[in-house]
Amino acid sequence: MISYALTILLDGVSFGMVLFIISVGLTITMGLMRVVNLAHGSFAMAGGYIAAMMTQRGIDYHLAVAIATVAAGALGAICEVLFYRPLYRKGDLAQVLLTIGLVFVSIAAVTAVFGAFPYPVIMPSYLQQLVDIGFRTYPAYRLFVLGVGGATALILWIVIEHSLFGARLRAAVDNPRMARGVGMNVNLLFLITFVVGCGLAGLGGAIGAGMLSLEPTYALKYIVLFLVVVIVGGEGSFKGSFVAAMALGIIDTMGRYFFHDIASYMLYAAVFVLLLWRPKGLLPPKSVA
Amino acid sequence: MTAPDPILSVRGLCKNFGALAVAQSIELDLQPGARLGLIGPNGAGKTTLVNLLTGMVAADAGTILLDGAPIHGLRPEARVRRGLARTHQINTLLAETCAREGVAIAIAERERFAWRMFRYGAAWRACLEEADQHLRDFGIAQVGDRAARQLPYGEQRLLEIAIAVALRPRVLLLDEPGAGVPASEAHVIHDVLDRLPSDIAILITEHDMDLVFRFAREIVVMVQGRVLRRGVPSEIAADPEVRAVYLGRGKH
Amino acid sequence: MNIALDPKIVWHASPWLLAVVFFFVAGGYLSLGTQVMIWILFALSLDLVLGYAGIVTLGHAAYFGFGAYAAGILSIRLTGDPLIGLVAATALTAALGFATGILILHTTGVTFLMLTLAILSMLYEYANRANDLTGGDNGLQGMQLDPLLGQFEFTLFGETAYLYTLAVLFLCFLVSWRLVHSPFGRSLDGIRQNPRRMRAIGTPVWWRLVAIYTLSAAMAGSAGALSAYATRFVGLSVLSLFTSGIVAVMLILGGARRIYGAFLGALIYIVVQDFSAKVSPYLWEFVVGGLLIAVVLFLEGGLMSLFDAPVAAVKRRLRGEARDP
Repeated sequence: MISYALTILLDGVSFGMVLFIISVGLTITMGLMRVVNLAHGSFAMAGGYIAAMMTQRGIDYHLAVAIATVAAGALGAICEVLFYRPLYRKGDLAQVLLTIGLVFVSIAAVTAVFGAFPYPVIMPSYLQQLVDIGFRTYPAYRLFVLGVGGATALILWIVIEHSLFGARLRAAVDNPRMARGVGMNVNLLFLITFVVGCGLAGLGGAIGAGMLSLEPTYALKYIVLFLVVVIVGGEGSFKGSFVAAMALGIIDTMGRYFFHDIASYMLYAAVFVLLLWRPKGLLPPKSVA
Repeated sequence: MTAPDPILSVRGLCKNFGALAVAQSIELDLQPGARLGLIGPNGAGKTTLVNLLTGMVAADAGTILLDGAPIHGLRPEARVRRGLARTHQINTLLAETCAREGVAIAIAERERFAWRMFRYGAAWRACLEEADQHLRDFGIAQVGDRAARQLPYGEQRLLEIAIAVALRPRVLLLDEPGAGVPASEAHVIHDVLDRLPSDIAILITEHDMDLVFRFAREIVVMVQGRVLRRGVPSEIAADPEVRAVYLGRGKH
Repeated sequence: MNIALDPKIVWHASPWLLAVVFFFVAGGYLSLGTQVMIWILFALSLDLVLGYAGIVTLGHAAYFGFGAYAAGILSIRLTGDPLIGLVAATALTAALGFATGILILHTTGVTFLMLTLAILSMLYEYANRANDLTGGDNGLQGMQLDPLLGQFEFTLFGETAYLYTLAVLFLCFLVSWRLVHSPFGRSLDGIRQNPRRMRAIGTPVWWRLVAIYTLSAAMAGSAGALSAYATRFVGLSVLSLFTSGIVAVMLILGGARRIYGAFLGALIYIVVQDFSAKVSPYLWEFVVGGLLIAVVLFLEGGLMSLFDAPVAAVKRRLRGEARDP
């Protein structure tokens, strides 16, 4: 019984880790740049596909993941300069539409290059094993995801809470006008943050490929999940996105195990009720503006 | 002979933002046709008071009576419908809409047929005609066809006031009408204020002392969320406490 | 001036005349024409709510899909009459629009966006699971349609469907056109531009938004019902995020807040999709995505705005001619 519960917990948290790694970049950029970025899933997808392509060509898994992360970040840099910068001044609608356009383009690009069928990431053999964790054997892959996710969360937390960059970031999220007023190079801050956010998305897409399978409609299919994490957690809130990602992962897993029939729409119903109750999310950053 | 009942009556109005008391038990009466100036140093709570009166900010305690009827529980748009209009410190206009239509929409709301989806032709034309009249009264008839954002700042300011007057309010709150208007054009605002209908009770908050002392028949001085003094301009100008707190620091 | 040749009347009558002409010459493309008109109606409904009132929603397919399923299920379980079915589906969708509208329209921004996505997703997942009612993954099959007005059968060639859709589109267009120019429509435009200003003149903002949202949902529901009648099938895709996205793309491509923007956008999208699909399965997504990005960055008024300069020039010419004795 306990082992059952712990399994669900592990499954849920490992799934939540993938969601967190991908979504944390989105929450920071949405909270900082105030841009509705529906194309965030495309960067995760790009990271996943790049890693998959390389592992299929025999390149070491860890190296492939690292390269995918950097590539996704580079892609982010190009997009920020070309597409997102003009969007900062324009309203919600323009942002929604342009990023939808980017999603369409990314779906088309991926279909053209990789085809329409699921595209697997080849994992090293030690990750494909089952590991004895005491009360049961458990996929090493999920433990790996837990480890990477936890380490990433820790590193990010240290950077955001205890570094100068993090302090500037938090200040700019809390009060963008003030931040510009005290002379912060906000454009550079935006660019770096966006690049890191996209890189993280790529990382999440790469290591999460075992749970969120790679196919051309990835960018559109999963963006709702990422948005749920961001908005339920609170735009711009690191802690909020972590909590929301864990909650979403666990609820989704529990749904698969128990309430299979009603699982999916209960989840969205829960999101619906929660947002009506707490429009700003669970743990929104304190806004000074 | 007893004074007529006040058209706007405020009692015990309080508002705290956390530990900061921005309105402390404010008491205010506005007679029909009044010309009341509200002055005070920055942070005195003038704009907050305007926001409390219009309902943009919910008061923690106190009552507001408009013509004897309580409005403190009503939403901002409901208070407007009862006859309480305001202008904003920063022009709050429909940027893409032409000036004439901007005024006409206000008239349509006033006449309660802005919800009409069909059979509106004659009524809408009447709104447009009345709008033209208001634009003429304010000297901006020639820009009726231009979008609000294409107008120079001073004319936008006049449009802002014209829209409020077109609502035929009983009480009009002018929030720094002279704000942002260059000194060379300030007289235009002064003229317009002088010619506002005499049956409207007007409360004006301002930093421009010339404007206030010229326009107001009575002045209220606020400091740190409280009403310090109320009196006619000459009394206020001579009051030592007011001088100490405000005027004594030199004119703006 | 000869009334029959008044350029304004010509301009406004031409899309409808073209539609009628198309009916006679279309041949195998008739059902495609019906599809285009259904999307036009859907995009028109979105224009009311997104273009004019400024309600940024990605969940409008919820009402399109609900109307489609409602019409389909009614035709199977209650009555095959397409007129009653259309009216009932529209009314039911209006009720859904009203209920969801009053729940969510007090929020704005991403919160509102997420709520519309949640509603859409809830409906999608429910339809996916409720096999008995909706056919689930396989879609709703077995729709039985009586002849329209007792006379016009819904045949495989789609003639009845085409004219039925054309008639409903024309009606809804007239309603929309009148509405948009009415004080109500202008107040919505005002709400989009500056809700604060509208509150300051006493507009009951929330109620107006609820009203247009309900109306728009009803219109989307009609479009959905017509789509069910046209193909006698309802698939899950009517409730997908993709569908919501496509109709928004169509509207923006054509130009929001322009009477015929929805027409142009839907037409171009369907034509591009139909032709590019023959070339390669993914080309149209690329083209549409690229067009969308280009329109947002460079062409604020959508493709219709490309007509602005030539139309103004023509108007000037005609006015000049009219002044000649």
